[in-house]
Amino acid sequence: MKNGLLILMLLSSSLFASGCGDSRIHSQGVYMLVDTSGTYSQELVKATKIINYLLATLNPGDSLAVAKVETRSFTEKDIIAKVTFDNRPSQATQQKRAFKAKIDEFSGQIKGSAYTDITGGLIQGAEYLNETKAGTKTIVVFSDMQEELGTGTVRDFPIKLDGMRIVALNVTKLNADNADPRIYLDRLARWEEKVRKAGATEWIVVNDLDNNIESILKTRK
Amino acid sequence: MGEWHSWLFWPDSVALSILALSVLLITFMYAAREPMHGVIHSVCNLVTQSTRFVSRWLFLSADSMRLRNQSVLMAHSHESIATLIDREFERVSNIIRKDMQEFPALQRKLMEEVTRIEDDYRKCGEVPPPPPEWVNALESVSQIKAGGDIPRKLLEDINKSIQKIHDKTVAEFRRSYEERHKILKGAQPSWRSVEKLMGEMDKKLVTLNSNAKQIDGHMAKFSSIRAKDSKAEHALTTSAFVQLAISLLVMMIAMGGAFINYKLIALPMSEMVGASDYITNDLKTSDVAALVIILMEASMGLFLLESLRITQLFPKIASMDDRMRRRLMFASLIFLVILAAIESSLALMRDILISDKASLMRDLASVAPPVSESWISNIPMAGQMIMGFVLPFALAFVAIPLESVVHSLRTVIGVLLVQTMRGLGFGLRFIGVVFRRFARVFELVYDIPIVIPLMIERWVMTLRDTQSVRVHAKQRVTS
Repeated sequence: MKNGLLILMLLSSSLFASGCGDSRIHSQGVYMLVDTSGTYSQELVKATKIINYLLATLNPGDSLAVAKVETRSFTEKDIIAKVTFDNRPSQATQQKRAFKAKIDEFSGQIKGSAYTDITGGLIQGAEYLNETKAGTKTIVVFSDMQEELGTGTVRDFPIKLDGMRIVALNVTKLNADNADPRIYLDRLARWEEKVRKAGATEWIVVNDLDNNIESILKTRK
Repeated sequence: MGEWHSWLFWPDSVALSILALSVLLITFMYAAREPMHGVIHSVCNLVTQSTRFVSRWLFLSADSMRLRNQSVLMAHSHESIATLIDREFERVSNIIRKDMQEFPALQRKLMEEVTRIEDDYRKCGEVPPPPPEWVNALESVSQIKAGGDIPRKLLEDINKSIQKIHDKTVAEFRRSYEERHKILKGAQPSWRSVEKLMGEMDKKLVTLNSNAKQIDGHMAKFSSIRAKDSKAEHALTTSAFVQLAISLLVMMIAMGGAFINYKLIALPMSEMVGASDYITNDLKTSDVAALVIILMEASMGLFLLESLRITQLFPKIASMDDRMRRRLMFASLIFLVILAAIESSLALMRDILISDKASLMRDLASVAPPVSESWISNIPMAGQMIMGFVLPFALAFVAIPLESVVHSLRTVIGVLLVQTMRGLGFGLRFIGVVFRRFARVFELVYDIPIVIPLMIERWVMTLRDTQSVRVHAKQRVTS
């Protein structure tokens, strides 16, 4: 009887020792890049909806950051708002409210950028997400995925996106894409190849935001 | 297809190859007939013997287990019936002690009433005696021999006096009767009081009688258990099954209550222990904390019922002295009340969290807030709080069916094990018998493909026998 009790105690303590403390494994980290260049800046209303969806879906302990894609996006200055939600649900709700207020403020004073540095944004996003130590790391790119780099901006080197999920949202078709759809398909294929080569675990394209929005956070097994 | 062709001697002529293969196979099977029959026999024999052995072991084990179950069941029932009888005697002794205390007073009251009634009765019995002088006067008058006016006048005077006295006496008599009636009327309450006292005594005796009958019933059961009567064993086993079914039903209902309880406190618990902490991959710390609170409530309920001697799962608590037991009872009750209060406040917290989240969702969806907050919207909150406070107490009573499950489960599992072992034993015995018969069947099945060589063998044997018979006959003739 005593031996049985001892075994039970050992088992329960080992269970606690193995499981406790590593709560970050279950948390999600989301870094959202919002393209503000040229005509795409008109799509910002949709981006706000996506951010609201993320705010509604993410749980206490999760991290969220929203950054704009500028001429050179590898900088913290482009991060509009970032937060790691408190463990307490009531505090997390307050943080979500504050986050929403920041996004609303940003959407009122948006300025279009001349170039689109998506790669720089991805590198910045990966850096942020690695710091959060979240279990699932997702970089959401709200862009037409047409990268345009300014003079002096160097991005043609291998990047590291190990363990990241890359979700391309609302990849609109440009006029040239309409004329020759291969351009659009090649663009997506190039991005997929690039992120997969960088170590991303998933590449997802979501264009139907009304019906497929949950794919942003749903991990494919 | 390719693999199949690799078995052919001449892949171009399949039929010839198959024929050659068949001949080879039949030859081999014919040659290996004797050893193969031996193998079949041995294998079947082995299966038969081993199944028989295992089946026998199972039957023996089932028997010993049944005996063990019986002794455990009898011991447990013995103990519980002894407790019942003990409690029944305690109840009887309480009745007797209580009633006997009242009995002298009751008796004294009864005696007083009886004395009063006797007095009244005696008073009623007193009749005023007739005036004796008149009798003597009448006798003297009757002895006067000669008639005349004097005696007549005398008699008339006497008559007058008698009439007068008679009237007076009758009036006296009537008054006396009136007085006696009054006394009897006065004795009526005493009679009623006596009747009431007698009724009370009768009632108490009836209670005592019913208790005595119950004790008789328990004693009969007790003696049949002591005698290890098979009827009693059967009745106890059936009772264990019924008890288990009822207790499980009640436990399931309690589990439903516990689930609702869990749902009430799981979300607000995340406010206390954190929503993103996990114990294992899928087990949130807040969920476990909620579960622990519920289990603690159940444990406190268990201790409360134990200290009240309603259940007897822990002999140590039952054997505690009364003062210690009372302390434990108060301690568990206080803990239960505290836990209920915590749960009630958590239910309130849950409501606040949910409404806060709903408000955020409305903000995110850019939906206008609800028009007004009327008192009706507070009903669910009040309901949650009341449920949060009441459910722990309701959950406390789960200790009663739990005790029943613990006691009856052993008997039920024991009976089921015995039945399973017997069933397995029977199945194995059957398999053994089947294999013993199948040995011959397998031999015949083996002989079917080699029927042609066997026929040739039989023909050769017959030919040889005939030749030898002829040779013997020839030798006999020549000799």
